[in-house]
Amino acid sequence: MTHAINALTAQLASPTDWAGFRSLARHLVAHAVPPQQVQWRVAGAAQDGLFDSATVLCASQLPAAPALGLPPGFAKVAASVALHDDAARFDRLYRWVWQLVADPALWQDTLWPERVQLERMAQAVRREIHKMHAFVRFTPVLDAGGQAGDIRHVAWFEPAHHVVAAAAPLFRGRFANLRWAILTPRCCVSWDGAQLQLSAGADPALRPPADAGQALWLAYYSATFNPARLNLAMLQKEMPQRYWPNLPEAQLIAPLAAAAAQRTHGMLAAAPSQRQRRAGRPAQPLSAAVPGPAGPPDRG
Amino acid sequence: MTPPPLPAHTPAAPPATAPVLPPAVQPTTAMLSLVANLPERKIHVLADAAKYDASCSSSGAQRRDSRNGTGIGGTSGAGICHSYAPDGRCISLLKVLLTNWCVYDCLYCVNRESSNVERARFSVDELVGLTLDFYRRNLIEGLFLSSGIVRNPDYTMEQIIEVARQLREVHDFRGYIHLKTVPDASDDLIARAGRYADRLSINIELPTADALARLAPEKNSVGIYRSMARIRSQLDMSRAEHAPQPARSMPQAPARRVRPPRFAPAGQTTQMVVGADASDDAAILQASSTLYSDYRMKRVYYSAFSPIPDASAALPLQAAPLLREHRLYQADWLLRFYGFARHEIIGSSGMLALHMDPKLAWALANPQHFPLDLNRAPKAMLLRVPGLGVKAVQRLLGARRGRALHLADLGQLAVPLAKVLPFVLLQDHRPGLQAMQRLLQPPTPDAARQRDLFDAV
Repeated sequence: MTHAINALTAQLASPTDWAGFRSLARHLVAHAVPPQQVQWRVAGAAQDGLFDSATVLCASQLPAAPALGLPPGFAKVAASVALHDDAARFDRLYRWVWQLVADPALWQDTLWPERVQLERMAQAVRREIHKMHAFVRFTPVLDAGGQAGDIRHVAWFEPAHHVVAAAAPLFRGRFANLRWAILTPRCCVSWDGAQLQLSAGADPALRPPADAGQALWLAYYSATFNPARLNLAMLQKEMPQRYWPNLPEAQLIAPLAAAAAQRTHGMLAAAPSQRQRRAGRPAQPLSAAVPGPAGPPDRG
Repeated sequence: MTPPPLPAHTPAAPPATAPVLPPAVQPTTAMLSLVANLPERKIHVLADAAKYDASCSSSGAQRRDSRNGTGIGGTSGAGICHSYAPDGRCISLLKVLLTNWCVYDCLYCVNRESSNVERARFSVDELVGLTLDFYRRNLIEGLFLSSGIVRNPDYTMEQIIEVARQLREVHDFRGYIHLKTVPDASDDLIARAGRYADRLSINIELPTADALARLAPEKNSVGIYRSMARIRSQLDMSRAEHAPQPARSMPQAPARRVRPPRFAPAGQTTQMVVGADASDDAAILQASSTLYSDYRMKRVYYSAFSPIPDASAALPLQAAPLLREHRLYQADWLLRFYGFARHEIIGSSGMLALHMDPKLAWALANPQHFPLDLNRAPKAMLLRVPGLGVKAVQRLLGARRGRALHLADLGQLAVPLAKVLPFVLLQDHRPGLQAMQRLLQPPTPDAARQRDLFDAV
């Protein structure tokens, strides 16, 4: 690090402090401070080495500065980039701001390499928000010492970017009438029916253990798979392995894939069936105690 | 209920390698759940019976959530895939049959009356409970419900509607509901189904009336098309009723009538089985273009005929190549989003090439258009360059407004350069004819098969 020439440290209140970044960036541009003279950090985050720059700026201590008049498309993309896991994201963002203030027309060039990179980072963040919406798995748990009705739906998730707060509104909308909490190592969010609460990251020991109700989902997952169409490459592209530890159904992938060829072969090798009975009328619903009478349906 | 139900149905699943869940330590589910006593076996039979329907999409619904409601759920426009099965297909909805008992005998169908498959039936309460339980766990966007035909079409349709009605009216469920409509169900049942469902579908099943008559004797294509036409007219009426109206300010005017709920806001879709009969790709694409234009389908799904348990002797036992299904989707995309006409991508053989995508095949058959100058060519032609998708074309257009494009600019796009370069001209790139000819060599079939569904278009 070249701390000696960094005259300023710009300090953000949290890893996702986009408003703070914007206000600091306006202030720095107004004072013509070039990117190489600013070092960005997040309050409370581990820093590599002692802080030796002379001045620490925080958005909360600054008067309002005029907006920079950057292209509207840029602000939208940049707000997503601010949630990226890249430790240098705010330094990059300020460098981009600096370039665009000097030459706003750069943003018109859809193949400007910096713009392409910025959009890739924003895309990674948006995808992680989407995947969090998809892969969070709630387990109903009884609150300690609570009554039968005191159920909270709890999930453990490990996002790759700082997306917990950005992902929360969708859960609030869908589960507005439940009480729920999503625990992650970065940050936790909970809903008590009235208010979204963000809190510090949680210990993995708080991950809710599997419950009996999961068995129905596992039954569904294995049945909806068509062994004649095995395609693990597509599965891994859309549901990369890093999510598997928190997806209960992932434990079935290997055994289902291993058995697929044999099941398909069994179906092809089987003699075509002859009509054996008329179904005519529906049977009584299967009783819970009686397993299926007819044996495995795709037996060879 | 400790170990995961590797169902009896999966004979070769080796128990030794199947990881076992931690023991269930929380006895809360029994108190919570309407589904505590629902046997996994029943889910297994009725999901297994529904899996040959390709559609699992939860897109196209109007955005809504539960903040001003008493229940649960919402929809988010594009839909969410909550998991992926080892066949690479998205799991977005709980896709099950109400029952796989069926009085019809469609030969391609695993649930046909003469099949020896194991049968089961959900009660309405069970299925409502299961949907809500899965939804609360964030496993699904909603329900995709279909059914074998029991007693008669109207009885079956009423049962299907009752599940949707209870979800919406008793539980204020605001997630996605896709209902399969039964061919020949009466008009008012279709109208009722559309009040609860986001999407309706009825499967065309086979591309021609002849094939349908032969393989699905109780169904007829006239009846299926009639049902689709009824759904379309309901959709049209509902769209007109819900069209934005000009603001009025007339103090004496009576209050505007409350509008009826929107009929199936995500529209209708259908599915065609490919490879169970002798129809060629030209016939299939002809049928689907009618479905898009005359019946306003949101999507026509193609489902490569795949071997089913207990298959009928009247069918080819061999699976249709999945690659054929893939090529049909690519062709479908080219027709709808890339400005191609059917006769351009399908030759006199009536079949799409399997060893290359239809856009590449068209480009190689029409070398007079190439190489194309990326700095000058109109958008419609850029879309015809193999390997360039809609987004890449937009970026190229945006960039060239301000400056000339160079080879390095293509590197900024996430496109397959080996495929694009022979067809394009840049200030610092002039490919020879032989570059194009090299692409005539078929790639290894494995490489083609692994390619993702739409990346080549």
